[in-house]
Amino acid sequence: MDDWLIAIIKVVGIWVWVLLIAVVMTWVERRGAALIQDRPGPNRAGPFGLFQPLADGIKLFTKEEIIPTNAQKLLYIMGPLLFSLPAFSAYAVVPFGDKIILGGKEIILQVSDVNVGFLYILAIGSMGVYGVILGGWGSNNKYSILGGLRSTAQMVSYEVPLGLALLGIVFVYGTFSLRDISLAQQGTFLGFLPNWGIFKQPLGFILFIVAAYAEANRVPFDLPEAESEIVSGYHTEYGSMRLGLYLFGEYVNLVTISGIIVALYFGSWHMPYIDLGAYLGPISWGIVSFCIFFLKVSFFLWMFVWVRWTLPRFRYDQVMGLGWRGLIPLALFNIFITALFIQLTV
Amino acid sequence: MNQNPTPQTGHDTGDYVTVNIGPSHPAMHGTLRVVALTDGESLKKVDPEIGYLHRGVEKLGESLTYHQFIPITDRLNYCSAIPNNVSYEMAVEKLMGVEVPEKAQLIRVIMMELARIADHQVCIGILGVDLGAFTPFFYLIIQREEIYEIFEWFNGARLTNTFGRIGGVDADLPDDFEQRWEELKPNVRKANDETEKLLTHNRIWMDRTIGVSAFSAEDALNWGFTGPCLRACGVKRDLRIDEPYCMYDKFKFEVPVGKNGDVFDRYIVRMIEMEESLKIIDQAYKLYKEMPADAPLMARVPKVIKPPAGEVYSALESPNGELGFFVKSDGSAKPYRIRIRPPCFMIYQAFPELVEGELIADLVACLSSLNVIAGELDR
Repeated sequence: MDDWLIAIIKVVGIWVWVLLIAVVMTWVERRGAALIQDRPGPNRAGPFGLFQPLADGIKLFTKEEIIPTNAQKLLYIMGPLLFSLPAFSAYAVVPFGDKIILGGKEIILQVSDVNVGFLYILAIGSMGVYGVILGGWGSNNKYSILGGLRSTAQMVSYEVPLGLALLGIVFVYGTFSLRDISLAQQGTFLGFLPNWGIFKQPLGFILFIVAAYAEANRVPFDLPEAESEIVSGYHTEYGSMRLGLYLFGEYVNLVTISGIIVALYFGSWHMPYIDLGAYLGPISWGIVSFCIFFLKVSFFLWMFVWVRWTLPRFRYDQVMGLGWRGLIPLALFNIFITALFIQLTV
Repeated sequence: MNQNPTPQTGHDTGDYVTVNIGPSHPAMHGTLRVVALTDGESLKKVDPEIGYLHRGVEKLGESLTYHQFIPITDRLNYCSAIPNNVSYEMAVEKLMGVEVPEKAQLIRVIMMELARIADHQVCIGILGVDLGAFTPFFYLIIQREEIYEIFEWFNGARLTNTFGRIGGVDADLPDDFEQRWEELKPNVRKANDETEKLLTHNRIWMDRTIGVSAFSAEDALNWGFTGPCLRACGVKRDLRIDEPYCMYDKFKFEVPVGKNGDVFDRYIVRMIEMEESLKIIDQAYKLYKEMPADAPLMARVPKVIKPPAGEVYSALESPNGELGFFVKSDGSAKPYRIRIRPPCFMIYQAFPELVEGELIADLVACLSSLNVIAGELDR
């Protein structure tokens, strides 16, 4: 019974927490953009405009829902759901802290420590593309179809380097479980470098982050919704909360991706050089590890904003070229080098 | 069957899809419309349609007096109204044979070059936005607002300036112009520097612009290109130098030329022109300061303008290119005919040739780099 309760608390808790971060992210995005662009940004609703996402949410919820006459009704309604559900469920295998001991019971801070965590993430991540393509198709609008088309090609293409880059991590740590990888990143190697994924897989990290930006449809890979070319791409015909689900799902995706980056490449909940877990009590370590993890996550979330307001957008053929001619060969090379190194040293 | 028939919306033919872009579309500046026949992402045939902002400006001129027409010219290229006003005023002055006082000419030069900077800032900012780089737009637009502050200080209007009168200018520069100008100049340079840092050597920006919609000098001349778009193709033609007006022959400045006539060259030419405009204003203001304070601002013109019967064409180098006014008078207080030669009209004719065979994203980039202004195009 206890296990069930803990599981439910973890599921609901992390779900609410990720939602909360995504909500705050919409605010950070707008204020961050304003900071970069020499303007105040939304600062009227509440302190520093913090209630702006709330106001936006109310607006989206209370708007009239319109289904275009020529839309394929079923697909049109399914689109946003298919996009946001995988986004919400992908976080399940990503850790959010080490562990906490309550009442003599050890609770790991992860919804579920699946031993094939990677595959789960890749599988669920690929589901999101259905929401985009079906929404784009169901809208029965040429801009939407173009957007859906672009995003399908892009997401399918970049799934390959993403998976290949992750394979390097699997080689190094010898496991698919995100918790085991996190645990393995404690301590140092070569005497001074933290045992982090980024130091063991520098090329893999760059490949992963580029592919992740493409998977998240963020600038410079935001051509599925390039507003100056195809209006809003796949969500041109969407309004009210259906549009909200698309926009919101994107931010949830960002949280998940940042979580994966931190868990795999940036030492998860570990501080470099110092093992705080040895000094702190079981409860306080649980809280501190949670804080460390999300501090790192927030840095990567900020980086998404930072990049978005700095770079121009790629063109369709350039994105495909970069993916197939640039990232995939490099990812294969990375795997080869990693495998060779492991073969020679172990 | 015709391989590439004229695209029509709603008539998708075989392998191709017609995509209607505009007149209401985020990338169509103002109210342009392009019907494109696409094969996936690439453009097979492009059919621009104009006239959505046609307001009968030329016809309006026939029922207004010569002075009443000046505010109408504001609405041509609304990004930089002052060169429009001056171009029209120069045409009427030429028709009347009036010599404008030097001080008024210098004020015109200063204001026109400020307008040129503002126009180029908008153009480059929008080009960035259309290519997905949103931030430079704000850096530039903040400085454009400062330029508009000077315009507002001068005669109360920011966008539609209605600058000057036939025979000169109505007001002297504001007293604190020097202070405002000295404040503005470094800020404009700084904004341009920041834009350059964000864009010019950015790999993505270069990939998106270099070689996109390249145009040869010969083609450009044949299509009647003028202004930055022509200079980007490598033709060194600038009315300020070739046919000087308003004392432009007294200023030293460079006319930048490009090589390939692609989007990147147009962007670079505009960036350099802004810097040159800053230099021109410095020189013009120096000359202006040497003038006596009570030097006349207006030539002696009658209250009711009645040019002698005859016709005249006069043009100047507006930010977009050669902006010409043809004015025909029958001796009455209203023009018999006014005809405007907007630079955009000639440039936009070549649009299908520029973008056919490229990708949809290039269409947007090309359109912004041409700086087609609907108000000027449709009149």
